[in-house]
Amino acid sequence: MDIRLNNISKSYNGSYVLKDLDITIPDGAITCIMGPSGAGKTTLINIIMGLIAPDSGTVTGTAGRSFAAVFQEDRLIEHYDAVKNVQLVCHKKLSQEIVREHFNQVGLTDYDDKPASALSGGMRRRVELVRAILADRDIIILDEPFKGLDEDMKLKAISYVKEHASGRTVIVITHNKDEADALGGFIVILNNIGYNKL
Amino acid sequence: MAEHSVKKTVRKRIYTAISAVFWLLIWEIAARTIGSDILLVSPVKVLLIIAELVSEADFWRTLVFSVPRVILGFGAAVAAGIAFAVLSYINDLLNELISPLMTVIRATPVTSFIILALVWISSRNMSVLASFLMVVPVVYSNVYEGLRNTGNKLLEFAHVFGLSRYKKIRAIYIPAAMPYLASAAGAGLGLAFKAGIAAEVIGIPAGSIGGKLYEAKLYLMTGELLAWTVIIIIISMVFEKGMKLLMKRYK
Repeated sequence: MDIRLNNISKSYNGSYVLKDLDITIPDGAITCIMGPSGAGKTTLINIIMGLIAPDSGTVTGTAGRSFAAVFQEDRLIEHYDAVKNVQLVCHKKLSQEIVREHFNQVGLTDYDDKPASALSGGMRRRVELVRAILADRDIIILDEPFKGLDEDMKLKAISYVKEHASGRTVIVITHNKDEADALGGFIVILNNIGYNKL
Repeated sequence: MAEHSVKKTVRKRIYTAISAVFWLLIWEIAARTIGSDILLVSPVKVLLIIAELVSEADFWRTLVFSVPRVILGFGAAVAAGIAFAVLSYINDLLNELISPLMTVIRATPVTSFIILALVWISSRNMSVLASFLMVVPVVYSNVYEGLRNTGNKLLEFAHVFGLSRYKKIRAIYIPAAMPYLASAAGAGLGLAFKAGIAAEVIGIPAGSIGGKLYEAKLYLMTGELLAWTVIIIIISMVFEKGMKLLMKRYK
């Protein structure tokens, strides 16, 4: 079922972040949401995930569906190692071998048994990405998932998402047009120009 | 790096030893200056008294009477403090009920409880209650604080992924509360011994450490008084060390 945002508005401190927004996010496809900083991209996905409520408008197509996400800033269990962070979100016990194989696909090595707190920014990002994919949820939301990755790693991560997102509803936030093009799928551009002050 | 760390540890131990010797010397000089065993006994004499006490079976019977009771009160307080903190955290109404109770327990002098409780329970078990009352508000407030400080970002992550309650508790809440619990338990153990022994001094149950302290005070046996005090401090330190190791192992 498509996710529909109908006439969504959200304001903070008297200023609109989203105003009368209508978007349809197709089911079973990748949709990239682009736009300048402050255009309300993260607000939009927080509304879709139910983390914040819009001032007005409705969201349909998410009821009863499960989510996985890469958040804008890392949210790993710091004292768990990389594998355990992934296993935590899986409904069925996933073997270490499978998780490690997925880490390999995004070029993640040298994580060993280190706690997440000891991993570099790029490594943490890839752990989050693998976690979101292996969580096997209905809707996958990726907020700047390639942030902090060098070009080589970014390409690996993009092809990883494309391979494993096939047939699943994936929403990706990115600033980068090349990333959006490489991912394929639909592109939604949010532009806050013209939003009125309250 | 490791060598630097070893050097630091060795230096710290040397400083600790210097500090101990310094204060023992001050004690020895003070005892010699005063020149009265009733007012102040020298550390050497206290050490001899301890050696004599340790060689008697009665000493060990006294320990077996008092220490498990204090530990029982402490353990019960840790369990109850955690339970009260969790209840307060998950329900605002329960928080409104529990929070003032903890404030009252914390503010009431432990001796008031002891004297009052002498009417209700046998003096033999008074130290259990005293230790419990002393420690429970400390554990409660620390663990509650830890739970309140659980990272919202991680809770949001758990919410989005729909993590089970069990996984949330194990991966997010326990690690958030653990440092607070460790700190409360460390401080609480010392308090438990102080309160427990104070309760025994008031209730004077036969064969207790508090009873021995009371006897020593009654017959002006300052040496025994100090010897038992040193023994209490040592026992308290041993348990504190043991608990620290336990917490470290868990971590």
